[in-house]
Amino acid sequence: MTAYLTSFRAIVLREALRFIHQRERFIAALMRPLVWLLVFAAGFRAALGLSIIPPYQTYITYETYIVPGLCGMILLFNGMQSSLSLVYDREMGSMKLLLTSPLPRGWLLFCKLAGSTIISILQVYAFLAIAAAFGITMPGWGYVAVLPALLVAGLMLGALGLVLSSLIKQLENFAGVMNFVIFPMFFLSSALYPLWKMAESSKLLHDICAVNPFTHAVELIRFALYLQFNGAALGWTCLAALVFTGAALLGYDPARTRMGRKT
Amino acid sequence: MTGLRAHDLSFAYGAKKALEEVSFEVGAGRFCALLGPNGAGKSTLFGLLTRLFVAPRGSIEIAGHDLARAPRAALAELGIVFQQSTLDLDLTVRQNLSYFAALHGVSGRTAATRIDAALDQLEMRDRAGEKARALNGGHRRRTELARALLHDPAVLLLDEPTVGLDAAARASITKHAHRLAEDGKTILWATHLTDEVGPGDDLIILHRARILTRGKARDIAGDMTLHERFLTLTGAAS
Repeated sequence: MTAYLTSFRAIVLREALRFIHQRERFIAALMRPLVWLLVFAAGFRAALGLSIIPPYQTYITYETYIVPGLCGMILLFNGMQSSLSLVYDREMGSMKLLLTSPLPRGWLLFCKLAGSTIISILQVYAFLAIAAAFGITMPGWGYVAVLPALLVAGLMLGALGLVLSSLIKQLENFAGVMNFVIFPMFFLSSALYPLWKMAESSKLLHDICAVNPFTHAVELIRFALYLQFNGAALGWTCLAALVFTGAALLGYDPARTRMGRKT
Repeated sequence: MTGLRAHDLSFAYGAKKALEEVSFEVGAGRFCALLGPNGAGKSTLFGLLTRLFVAPRGSIEIAGHDLARAPRAALAELGIVFQQSTLDLDLTVRQNLSYFAALHGVSGRTAATRIDAALDQLEMRDRAGEKARALNGGHRRRTELARALLHDPAVLLLDEPTVGLDAAARASITKHAHRLAEDGKTILWATHLTDEVGPGDDLIILHRARILTRGKARDIAGDMTLHERFLTLTGAAS
């Protein structure tokens, strides 16, 4: 068991060190949701009217509505960022070090996933602190209650990143991930608009949003921030996390892997 | 005891055959050079020996452990220096080695002692606090060799470890590897440079996915230099 904990600590620490060495990554990761919150949301506040829907018990501003979605955005982009770094590691060879360790490959990938999720959560809290400084606050205990929700959502999105990293052969192909995964996942979700609003425009788009795991991750975070439990969102997010983790393990199975292919 | 044994390995990238029916043994404590021109299949063979991918047929045994049936025991006996550098350039030499030790479940005082010993062995102790980025090519390679020794493996695989090094660094690394074999490690050293092979070394010549010949280097060379023999064999097989 000690060997497992030792490797877990080392991999998480390395992720943290890598993050500290890339301060610009931290600033970029915060800038994105802050622009949405302080510019986009301010502009759209007048255009979008929101009715009272759970978990809210009163009318809320648009800025307040999109905070959980922007927390999800940080997790989503970081999941993809760590996927990008895995593809980079593979091209540079350092991934081989991890994959030739005698510890089970599934465990090592989980450590990597946990490391990047912990970093993402720290960024979410930094974002929530800045939002609070601008007057967009949540119930006090909501900041604590949201932690497990962020963990589950972060692991799910990180696992998706792992799947993608096992499929992407070269770094250059990563731009496609932005267009075909990140943007559709983000815009076809309840991050920016409630699903009933989407249903008014298109039933089909509403249905796509409803099955998008990112929608459930965002709702899980939204409810947790308001100290409410959303069992369905938790169930769907956990299910998606399991499916993505299974696919990632298959993707990195040495009997099926493309790791050795010359690029 | 056999250090390393490969039996009937075949592998293909789609329709392109990379290895065909490759079988060989390297005795414990032997230095064996795997010589082959670029594209012969050396890196593919290393990918299979390190379990980065799995051959559809054939078997591999490392220090008596079957790689398919007991991968953890087999990998625990394997030290690897990859062709591409796998150091984290933003970490110090010691941090790189600590990270690797942790991947093998070694930490704390045990790790520190082993790191010091491995760095001493490769004469790198005084560079331990430097970032890998600050090291020259030869010292980076030595760091990687020190790292590969941390868990005291029985078998060392080195995939063209001298690529990109100057003559002095090349000679130094080659000498270190031979010394390790004298100390009892089993070494498989992939190269395309005949001057890295000593007359008393075991030798496998790989060409176009197959083993052309294997034996003692001096016996294979016969009345020619090894370089001439290698060109004759690979030229004749082309």
